[in-house]
Amino acid sequence: MSEYYKPLPKPTPTSRPFWEAAKRHELTIQRCGACREYIYYPRTRCPKCFSDQLGWERVSGRGKVYSYTVVRRASSRAFADAPYVLAIVELAEGPRMTSNVVAPPDQVRVEMPVRVFFDDVTPEVTLVKFKPV
Amino acid sequence: MSLKGKAAAIGIGELKPIKEPGDLTALGLMARVAAEAIADAGLEKNDIDGFLVGVPFSDPGMIYPAAAAEVLGLNVRMLNQVDIGGASPAGMIWRAAAAIDAGMCNAVLCIVADLNKTGDQRVPVISVQREIEAPYGNIGANCVYAMIAHRHMHEYGTTPQQMAKVAVDQRTNALKNPLATFNDRALTIDEVLNSRMIVDPLHLYEIVSPVSGGAAIIVASPEVAKRAKNPPIWLLGAGEYANHSSITYAPSITESPIKPAAEAAFKMAGLQPKDMDLVCPYDCYTITVIVTLEDAGFCKKGRGGPFVMEHDLTYAGDFPCNTHGGQLSFGQPGLAGGMSHVTESIRQLMGRGGERQVKNAALGYVNGNGGIMSEQASLVLERRS
Repeated sequence: MSEYYKPLPKPTPTSRPFWEAAKRHELTIQRCGACREYIYYPRTRCPKCFSDQLGWERVSGRGKVYSYTVVRRASSRAFADAPYVLAIVELAEGPRMTSNVVAPPDQVRVEMPVRVFFDDVTPEVTLVKFKPV
Repeated sequence: MSLKGKAAAIGIGELKPIKEPGDLTALGLMARVAAEAIADAGLEKNDIDGFLVGVPFSDPGMIYPAAAAEVLGLNVRMLNQVDIGGASPAGMIWRAAAAIDAGMCNAVLCIVADLNKTGDQRVPVISVQREIEAPYGNIGANCVYAMIAHRHMHEYGTTPQQMAKVAVDQRTNALKNPLATFNDRALTIDEVLNSRMIVDPLHLYEIVSPVSGGAAIIVASPEVAKRAKNPPIWLLGAGEYANHSSITYAPSITESPIKPAAEAAFKMAGLQPKDMDLVCPYDCYTITVIVTLEDAGFCKKGRGGPFVMEHDLTYAGDFPCNTHGGQLSFGQPGLAGGMSHVTESIRQLMGRGGERQVKNAALGYVNGNGGIMSEQASLVLERRS
């Protein structure tokens, strides 16, 4: 197996629960204990009400493509294996995530329903990606 | 409190973008455009007592303004860097006016220069973006503006032809701009749509070309403006807004913070979009112009596509827009790309547009856009008769 050469996340104390859950193939995101807002990406305070009472919740993994592009020529050599589909996925619970939709590029559409899957890109890191339902 | 009429742009310096920078340095380019702008204003270097600078990508460093001021041999009462991406130049103009209005200084040199080191787009250095964006290939701006375009097409029925029209009309403008990078031949909508697809739905000719270059503007107090060589171009209104950095976490990806920025600028000026004689919206991509015209109030939300088809955006047209060619044809010399919209507005309002002069241009609107439709700075400028 060739070495993985793309950028990898470096979890912080704030984000570690997210990446550890991904490694278990679970999608968990933060939820504000005060205003009940679901939050992505991991923070230390709720971006809506600024409460620090944030907990983690496992979510459905269902969502839709809010928007996408087919990157045919990447700006970074790390992604020289283009084309790939970069997308903003809107989770059923509300927050949006930057991710990839792994599907034939010409089949991807705005508003298309997708579900999460977990890509174990290295022994240490699992990325959260999506597939058409 | 208002900055209306409190300061004026009195001089500009701008380089023709350079494709092969060789061993040039950003600081060296700054010295060239600083000298040009100071001479253009009819001032001496020692008249400059304020300094706003954008930190070049090619020479990044903290505590940059004093280093750059030292290279230029300036003694200043106010200095700072402005770091709001492509909105930095427009943002500098009102910050200069505010410092002047506060009595801190009288003549501010606003300057940007950068070199395009061709090669790999750097992985973002801001930790949060490196962690949650870069692993998925969200690197550089092309891919993200493409997502804005797709969503805009979905919500409003905007078409590739409408987006291409922006590049075509701006190219017509560039043909009359000796400083533009791409000024040798006209473009057609078909040529734009037949150029290589880079990031669906954006084609090569809808995307700025990185080049090297620099630009400078002198903003002065009314007193200094009185003895300037050029007709002063007054700042009538300014507005700024940001509500996200990565577009994924913006409240909407098709409705930008340009709306509150432009509303504030027009309110301060006591004017409306329809009063403008020329418009210079930041154009890193064709879709950016369409979204800006909508959010700044030149047409209804979602009507930007039909609007650019129904109007002639050239210098001789009914809606002169980016008469220098925009960055799409001028080129994008780092932050100086965003300054080209400001320098062009000033040039036109001074009546120095040459073959592309907009007739009787007295009022101009400029928008600077930073990052991914994140930082927005809008200006209303006026030449008084």
